[in-house]
Amino acid sequence: MALDKSEVAKIAHLARLHISESEAEEVSNRITDILALIDQMQSLDTEAIEPLAHPLEVIQRLRVDEVTEENQRERLQTLAPNSKDGLYLVPKVLE
Amino acid sequence: MIKSTVAELSLALAAGDISSVELTQAYLNRIAQYNGELNAFITVCEESALEQAKAADVARAKGDTSSLLGIPLAHKDIFCTEGITTTCGSRMLGNFVSPYNATVVERFSDAGVVMLGKTNMDEFAMGSSNETSFFGAVKNPWNTACVPGGSSGGSAAAVAADLCAMATGTDTGGSIRQPAAFCGITGFKPSYGRVSRWGMIAFASSLDQAGPICKSAEDAALMLNVMAGLDSKDSTSIDKPVEDYTATLNDSLQGLRIGVPKQHFAEGLSSEVEQAIRDALAEYEKMGAIIKEVDLPNSHLSVPAYYVIAPAEASANLSRYDGVRYGYRCENPVDLEDMYKRTRSEGFGEEVKRRIMIGTYALSAGFYDAYYRKAQKIRRLIKVDFSNAFKEVDVIIGPTSPHTAFKLGSKSDPVSMYLEDIYTIAVNLAGLPAISIPAGSANGLPIGMHIVAGDFEEAKVLNVAHQFQKHTDWHRNKPSAMAKEA
Amino acid sequence: MEWETVIGLEVHVQLSTKSKLFSGSSTKFGAEPNTQASIFDLALPGTLPVLNEEALKKAVKFGVAIGAEISKRSVFDRKNYFYPDLPKGYQVSQLDYPTVGKGSLTVTMDDGSERVIGVTRAHMEEDAGKSLHKDYHGMSGIDLNRAGTPLLEIVSEPDLRTAKEAVAYLKKLHRIIRYLDISDAIMAEGSMRCDANVSIRPKGETEFGTRTEIKNINSFRFVEKAINHEVRRQQEVIEDGGRIVQETRLYDADKDETRPMRSKEVANDYRYFPEPDLLPIVIDDDYIAAIKAQLPEMPDSKKIRFIEQYALSDYDADVLVSTREMAEYYEVVAQQSGDAKLAANWVSQDLLGLLNKNNWDIADCPIQPERLAVLIARIKDNTISGKIAKAVFEAMLEETISVDEIIAAKGLKQVTDSGEIEKIVAQVIDNNPDQVQQYKEGKQQVIGFLVGQAMQLSKGKANPAQVNALLREKMQ
Repeated sequence: MALDKSEVAKIAHLARLHISESEAEEVSNRITDILALIDQMQSLDTEAIEPLAHPLEVIQRLRVDEVTEENQRERLQTLAPNSKDGLYLVPKVLE
Repeated sequence: MIKSTVAELSLALAAGDISSVELTQAYLNRIAQYNGELNAFITVCEESALEQAKAADVARAKGDTSSLLGIPLAHKDIFCTEGITTTCGSRMLGNFVSPYNATVVERFSDAGVVMLGKTNMDEFAMGSSNETSFFGAVKNPWNTACVPGGSSGGSAAAVAADLCAMATGTDTGGSIRQPAAFCGITGFKPSYGRVSRWGMIAFASSLDQAGPICKSAEDAALMLNVMAGLDSKDSTSIDKPVEDYTATLNDSLQGLRIGVPKQHFAEGLSSEVEQAIRDALAEYEKMGAIIKEVDLPNSHLSVPAYYVIAPAEASANLSRYDGVRYGYRCENPVDLEDMYKRTRSEGFGEEVKRRIMIGTYALSAGFYDAYYRKAQKIRRLIKVDFSNAFKEVDVIIGPTSPHTAFKLGSKSDPVSMYLEDIYTIAVNLAGLPAISIPAGSANGLPIGMHIVAGDFEEAKVLNVAHQFQKHTDWHRNKPSAMAKEA
Repeated sequence: MEWETVIGLEVHVQLSTKSKLFSGSSTKFGAEPNTQASIFDLALPGTLPVLNEEALKKAVKFGVAIGAEISKRSVFDRKNYFYPDLPKGYQVSQLDYPTVGKGSLTVTMDDGSERVIGVTRAHMEEDAGKSLHKDYHGMSGIDLNRAGTPLLEIVSEPDLRTAKEAVAYLKKLHRIIRYLDISDAIMAEGSMRCDANVSIRPKGETEFGTRTEIKNINSFRFVEKAINHEVRRQQEVIEDGGRIVQETRLYDADKDETRPMRSKEVANDYRYFPEPDLLPIVIDDDYIAAIKAQLPEMPDSKKIRFIEQYALSDYDADVLVSTREMAEYYEVVAQQSGDAKLAANWVSQDLLGLLNKNNWDIADCPIQPERLAVLIARIKDNTISGKIAKAVFEAMLEETISVDEIIAAKGLKQVTDSGEIEKIVAQVIDNNPDQVQQYKEGKQQVIGFLVGQAMQLSKGKANPAQVNALLREKMQ
């Protein structure tokens, strides 16, 4: 399947990536090549096959409902690009 | 001494022939000597390493006899290390000082292992050549014009050049085994779920697995003894008792049934590699093993299925890098969308962005069934192929990679790079344990042999690899370029 | 044109667990920003989720209580979108295999009619953090304390036809959730939230019209107002020849209007896929049976029992079972006082009035059910009259001493001594010759006035029945 420039733009937006006009062509060609590799899958009829999400078919373990975490705000916010009054700051969020 | 295996160092330390401080200093010297050329380390922790070595020597004096006590190791920079920059090979995390330790890091630390530093890697483990690292390519110690393989290229190069005694790696589609093959060392990917993923930065959650990168199968067993085990912090970690993986290393291979997949000896395999593996199989026959051809009929679909599943999981796993709570943020964003897009476009490299795009596309409305669901179905078929094969044989052996290490910059097209992992990827899809060990050489470059077993048969894989290493010396070969002693 | 409204509700309730759905952070409401945000909640690289067993238990409890299908195997998925209050860039939710499947609940309308409303599903998911829109030099502040709090999203079928039905459904849901004690379900605090999908269609039409989703409805009252507003808006649009756009709208309670949400303008593509960091949740019949065995008596069956056991009216029973605490309080009063009907009046009127006036929870009420039962018992055994009892009830708020001590200390004991009453009656006859004359001339109703006078003289303590009988006797 080929991916044209407008689809590249749509996917890039979903993934919050900026792809400039000049890169778009290159990106779309590369992705089209990769999709050609991926599309080899279509040669096989898999109608009756159950999908496998995990290599090991085991089940979820459960955690006891206990508070085990302590407040580490000051330490963790030293990692933040921008924080104030205990909040992470970002450009204005629209409702 | 620095060229010794972990098993040998363990004995030497126990005997008092050398102290951990001396050993650590020797590796630090060697790093100072060769890292400029190889670029195997992103971060070297000289001070803390020597402190840990000192503590190990003190512990030993007090009677601690842990097998890895005081042995210097390097961690792939994908493992979170408290107080130490953890970059994952990306500009995005170039300034990320982890506030916590990965379980793997914690376990080695508890075992008294000395951490020399953090090794270079393909960005977010996406690559097979170590050329996608934001911190520059790693060079192959056997020939610095060649790649070391990837994504654990820094760990593999560091072990091959004796910049550390052992290293950790992670393997999503071959990222431990392929660089081990290219660098002439031993690299082991355990079964999915055997080693905790807590603190190991995710690439593709259902495929990622940590494992040892070292100089022998015996060393891999010693390392796995420390790494393996249930971790309550990782839901996908398996509640299965951990064996002593060294206990069965010397089991006889008499009557061992070795499967040779015909699909792994087909078009695309270089003749030198094929010959080396055939020779190795003959060696096994001498040990009493029986060679049988096996069929993995869907193996040609493993790369296509992998390049849907891994990018799809990665596209979500990498959404957290948004410039809000840690990591890189672009300068002066004009609004929220600008912050997201510029942060992510500037923070991620080309290959990472490409995979995010592929994964986003494969999951997007209208394509999910044709791509993601289809790939999951093929994943089941591949798992079934292996289960069927293991009804007839005990292990499967083939080449790790179709050829030896290639030249830096020689694979600019992503598809040809993706096909590098053609023999290793299916094993991740099926979650099986597999090792790559040196089994020959061509034009001065090592050749890797791939040994795969059924779910949680780590001990079997290590036994089969160890017996080969007892009868051959390929794993003792050292790159001549790195022969100079400091 | 006559229109029919079609409404479906998506109700989110925060499951009242101590820790979050996938991490050990506290879920307590109202903490300082980001003090309950662990490395997992902040989506630090390498962190992983582990499911809270209590959240699962509470979700299953809800399913069992509404007779829904419980999935033996349910799966978490990732729902992908970027928003600063969503640290991982995806919300862990359940798409194809929710823990709770189809069920239903019955709502009773004001006119007594009943409607069965289908519940499509109820699934577990993570709550998001909060964006604080207070201005920080043109920036917004992000608080991630709430991020990862377990939510149960309960999705109804589009079975609701009026805003009133929607409110009744929501109230019923609230009652069930509170009975089960799986959530605080306080709309004002956001521990219960409601989104309404609203569409209209010409009456008789079977196809659905284009729907809008209304968010940010944070009280029962606003549910009705927001839906009614949206229905009017849609009618106006269509009657003006326009078309309804499928969109998310925000309810503004101050202006009583809905408006499109700007952040949701671009159609989202959530790219759901199974969460690879979590494995399928598998539960067995024993697990479900154990939860079923622990279910409390639910409001509907409790109401039926109250009507039968205590001979209550439908209305009284409904008021008394509105909360589990009230029902339990009532039963203590009813049983210990020995008069279930009187107990019902006191609990549903006097006590409830007191709680409402002071904005108290029943647990905060200074009058314990055992004390109220004694008070009612004293009315029954003629120690005090109903009227005096109101005064004693007031006094019980202030005094910690027993009901009998209050009656004694304030001298409120009813006068039943016939000598005492005879004196009072004699005095009343002397003081009111005109009325006595009227009575004798056959104007029977004057007796009421005279009894009143006697009660006044006795400061309410005389037994009114005795006074009445004696007056009639003396005026023969």
